[in-house]
Amino acid sequence: MMRARVAYAGAIHAAAPHALSDGQSGLRLTDGRTLHEEDVVWLPPFEAGTILALGLNYADHARELNLAAQEEPLVFLKGPGTLLGHRGFTRRPDGVKFMHYECELAVVIGRSARQVSRGDALHHVAGYCIANDYAIRDYLENWYRPNLRAKNRDGATVLGPWLVDTADVPDPGNLGLRTFVNGKLTQQGNTRDLITDVPQLIEYLSDFMTLTAGDVILTGTPEGVVNVDAGDEVVCEIDGLGRLQNTVVADAAFGR
Amino acid sequence: MVGRALLTLDVPPYRLSGTVYGALLNHRTALAALGASVDEPPYRGAPRAPVLYIKPRNTLAGDGECVTVPSGTAELEIGASLGLVIGEPACRVAESRALECLAGYLIVNDVSVPHGSHYRPAIRCRARDGFCPLGPRVAGRGEITDPDALTIRVSVDGELRQVATTADLMRPVARLLADVTDFMTLVPGDVLAVGAAAPAPRVRAGQQVSIEIDGLGRLTNRFAEPRA
Repeated sequence: MMRARVAYAGAIHAAAPHALSDGQSGLRLTDGRTLHEEDVVWLPPFEAGTILALGLNYADHARELNLAAQEEPLVFLKGPGTLLGHRGFTRRPDGVKFMHYECELAVVIGRSARQVSRGDALHHVAGYCIANDYAIRDYLENWYRPNLRAKNRDGATVLGPWLVDTADVPDPGNLGLRTFVNGKLTQQGNTRDLITDVPQLIEYLSDFMTLTAGDVILTGTPEGVVNVDAGDEVVCEIDGLGRLQNTVVADAAFGR
Repeated sequence: MVGRALLTLDVPPYRLSGTVYGALLNHRTALAALGASVDEPPYRGAPRAPVLYIKPRNTLAGDGECVTVPSGTAELEIGASLGLVIGEPACRVAESRALECLAGYLIVNDVSVPHGSHYRPAIRCRARDGFCPLGPRVAGRGEITDPDALTIRVSVDGELRQVATTADLMRPVARLLADVTDFMTLVPGDVLAVGAAAPAPRVRAGQQVSIEIDGLGRLTNRFAEPRA
């Protein structure tokens, strides 16, 4: 099953994919109304608790950034204010030189996990969605990397469009990821190349922290990150999870 | 897990959001303790923006709750800090009006496993269950005349181990709020810990830590070995 959370006509609704009579793909609210995807405001598809994210979890991306092998997964935390839904707008501060997207598989916890082995880990997963975890390299500093000014900006972690049940994702370890900037393919990878895969991540994290339903793990991005500019449309795709669209906007859109 | 009582306050917004941010190296003693290494690799210079961390919800604990010292770890560090409780959505607040976005203040204990490097320490040092006791209460904004002139006292088993003051912050409270909310909106109920002094007191399993801040009361937690 695929579920979205959308705002429409004065309320927040659960919605499912729906083929419209005009041949376009749309969505159906639980109250029966059927709509085009541009008719609603898309929210992150679940209420997120703790947001965990991986740095350098694909060997090719680590090579791209000239980084040595790691002793343990490089995990960082994000706050809820950074989340944004499908078709949202992410601000690019005027004057920065390198802001890039990161297409990632997001794993949503469905059942509390404390000291769970990798063999049992997937039983604690509710489902998956696409994440686009933007970074602004200009702001990266060498203290408690990645520092929040580079990786925890308002509206710079896009999630959605759908939360897809685990039943519909038989193998999270073999999903193709792609990013398109203004329609041009710029990033491509597959979760089979994760350095620390989904079960191992849940085992690692749950060893020292209790994971709770709604917590989400962004598993890292493969190589192919390029700068994006105001006005660019960025679409991240993952096999079976849909396509997550975002538009980069300038300071002026935020009254700066 | 945080007790229900801790999530409620006597002042709006009446409950904490559960999101706790904190500043590191924001106390003069903390940056000074690093000496010349600040300018050497891998840091290559003092921080420019606030150095921030996040304590996720599994870390929250109340006054009187027990903190587990992980097996294989002899001692933990106590990060005794003033915590700001946000009362109004705070985005790009001006330094001159920053205190107006606060609901009040509380004591935060940013517990961590000692780690030598400040470059990219693993979150397992800071994000373990119960590693962020807070409380015992939120003092309303009006109760504290000057948040930049509060004395913080840390006692371990009744012995005074650290005395610090918020007058020694690199970024005083209003400046910190202005710089943080330039890129990150804080919402009602969020907590921002302003930063602890160095050297951090260290504690072992079996010891009890009390942090007192003028006007905010005393936050006491016992440290214990993992339950078998």
